[in-house]
Amino acid sequence: MSKANEVIAPNVAAHHEDHDHHSHIPKGITRWLFTTNHKDIGTLYLWFAFIMFLIGGAMAMVIRAELFQPGLQIVEPNFFNQMTTVHGLIMVFGAVMPAFTGLANWLIPMMIGAPDMALPRMNNWSFWILPGAFLILLSSLFLEGGGPAFGWTFYAPLSTTYSGDSTALFVFSVHIMGISSIMGAINVIVTIFNMRAPGMTWMKMPLFVWTWLITAFLLIAVMPVLAGAVTMVLTDKFFGTSFFDAAGGGDPVMFQHIFWFFGHPEVYIMILPAFGIISQIVPTFSRKKLFGYASMVYATGSIALLSFVVWAHHMFTTGMPVYMEMFFMFATMLISVPTGVKVFNWVATMWRGSLTFEMPMMFAIAFIVLFTIGGLSGLMLAIVPVDFQYHDTYFVVAHFHYVLVTGAIFSIMAAVYYWLPKWTGKMYHTGLAKWHFWCSLVSVNVLFFPMHFVGLAGMPRRIPDYALQFADFNKWISLGGFAFGLSQLIFLALLIKACKKQGEPVSSQVWEGAEGLEWEIPSPAPYHTFETPPVVK
Amino acid sequence: MTQANANNKMVIKLVVIVFGMFGFGFALVPLYDVFCDVTGINGKTENTAAVYESIEIDESREVTVEFITRTNTGMPWEFRAQTTRMKVHPGELNTVSFYVRNPASTNMMAQAIPSVSPGMAALYLNKTECFCFNQQPLNAGAEAYMPMQFYVDPQLPEDISYFTVQYTLFDVTARAGDMKTKPNPYMVPQPESGR
Ligand code: HEM
Ligand SMILES: [Cu+2]
Repeated sequence: MSKANEVIAPNVAAHHEDHDHHSHIPKGITRWLFTTNHKDIGTLYLWFAFIMFLIGGAMAMVIRAELFQPGLQIVEPNFFNQMTTVHGLIMVFGAVMPAFTGLANWLIPMMIGAPDMALPRMNNWSFWILPGAFLILLSSLFLEGGGPAFGWTFYAPLSTTYSGDSTALFVFSVHIMGISSIMGAINVIVTIFNMRAPGMTWMKMPLFVWTWLITAFLLIAVMPVLAGAVTMVLTDKFFGTSFFDAAGGGDPVMFQHIFWFFGHPEVYIMILPAFGIISQIVPTFSRKKLFGYASMVYATGSIALLSFVVWAHHMFTTGMPVYMEMFFMFATMLISVPTGVKVFNWVATMWRGSLTFEMPMMFAIAFIVLFTIGGLSGLMLAIVPVDFQYHDTYFVVAHFHYVLVTGAIFSIMAAVYYWLPKWTGKMYHTGLAKWHFWCSLVSVNVLFFPMHFVGLAGMPRRIPDYALQFADFNKWISLGGFAFGLSQLIFLALLIKACKKQGEPVSSQVWEGAEGLEWEIPSPAPYHTFETPPVVK
Repeated sequence: MTQANANNKMVIKLVVIVFGMFGFGFALVPLYDVFCDVTGINGKTENTAAVYESIEIDESREVTVEFITRTNTGMPWEFRAQTTRMKVHPGELNTVSFYVRNPASTNMMAQAIPSVSPGMAALYLNKTECFCFNQQPLNAGAEAYMPMQFYVDPQLPEDISYFTVQYTLFDVTARAGDMKTKPNPYMVPQPESGR
């Protein structure tokens, strides 16, 4: 191991095509602990996200097993609530966000022709505090009284008056997650501002880079507000303040305002990078330039700006004056305009393209169709009078799983299939990939589509039991859930094969229609790339 | 080197934004109150007594005011308005009395929190006296009739002819400290003579 330390950060001159760089890669565990290499850190983030995805998924299996039939059979209601809470927290902060950060680490330097991220040491820190945060959160489940059970939205007074002592651990872990993603965001911004290769002007940047830049600004704007919200919960619960306690002059509704001021931009943090990924993939497999590049950039920007003025659409039923409900309703609907522009541009890119349907494209097309379904149910929810019926039912659950699972997560899978050959130098196992795609596609719809119906019929969310008339649909939902969970094991098998470097070697371009700097370096991407910046024409 | 300098400069700027937004999260608390005060959209009433100057009573207009009481989860007190609905003329001074009883075997302290619906009406509900201005102690088994005196501002928008005032009673014993020193001024003398 000591040998490994000596060879860290060898300041060797750039030879992109030089495969001898292997010899400079430190070996063993210390490589991963001390690495400041953006590719290593990207890999760490991606594996971490995948493990969290499996753990959060296991919790979803518990939830669906309990809801397989009406009545209480498998878990206690309190444990059920812990499962819904921690499932949500893990998927949002442990799976989707780290996966996007991992992709950012791998891809942004390669796409803009930079040798690494701007702040490599901070990069190492921002990853390595993350496992600690989730260990704290997960370990709180084993404490007496259990872990957090107040929902991922931790509304006061559930999280203040009616929560257990483990709330302190919850707050602490959210703080660490927040610090980690803020550091990651700062790194992305500085890298994109200062490290672009000569000639890589703003309007030449790949859309994945653009969307991540805007996401990073959203992150530094709202993650601190989340940190403030958890801090107030902490002091309300343990130190006698009354931010959210009406008896002491506070206001529990104010919690919801502060939370959703963070929360709505947060949902765009989880979808803007996905828009970027789809905008990279669709042109490649359509063998055309992206339709409406500039409009994509502006649409992303306006979605980000608008996301700050719609938060109260999560709170229509708290008792707002009608004119405020109208404002938030129309502002929310306004967001679907730039979102619609994006969907239009993707479809227009495919129009009359010479399409091929490799796995990244399959996931991208599934994304476009299914994300749009999620956007449409969002539009329905934005209509104030109908939201009074839909709010806190499974209809909302259906909505956000369409945008997050078949949206954000499908885009991440598309990205992995798209760039994996570049990372490993080998084509993934196409047979397994096809199984993974089709099993996921069918099961995810069996899982989430019927939720619309039980939601419309009035089944409330976050309950371990339900009325008999929902039994049939819930059985199907659970079966779809188990199938979707199992399908991800196919993905696991495929990823293990890929990491063992099994498969057909690929060219540096990998995909016939792929364009961009990352496709000009060899496959697998050498440990160090672009040490002398390329010139972009 | 210059690259590193540029990076550092940018990091500092971004960190300032981060701290600024952390502060903004907390600034939302007073901002929220100010916003609600100005717009009156939260149904919160003033926490201090209004002064009743002899203003003209608008006999031509009648406003229905409804009183609802509830106790917060875990609060054992009995709590109800002696009058649940009254018709008032804007500008006229009225009194409603609220009955409370502490059935617990310990002395307790309560705080009532008002909420007006529609929220807009809160701006025009002026209370010259209210049990909700202070915490209310009550010995074990004791009962009290607590007054609330108010008038409706004649400026009340025309479209509001009916509004509801809701009081929620919270148990604040834990944070109240010693109860002996603060007898309830409205308490019915004990021992009570039955009902
Ligand atoms: C056209 C775009 C969208 C519209 C109009 C929209 C609208 C809404 C509305 C009105 C609600 C509140 C429903 C209720 O609680 O009654 C909601 C909930 C939610 N939305 Fe969306 N949405 C959109 C896109 C998205 C996207 C892109 C994401 C994430 C990637 C997302 C994630 C969520 C989540 C997580 C919730 C539920 C939060 C909770 O209560 O736990 N939405 N959406
Ligand atoms: Cu929202």
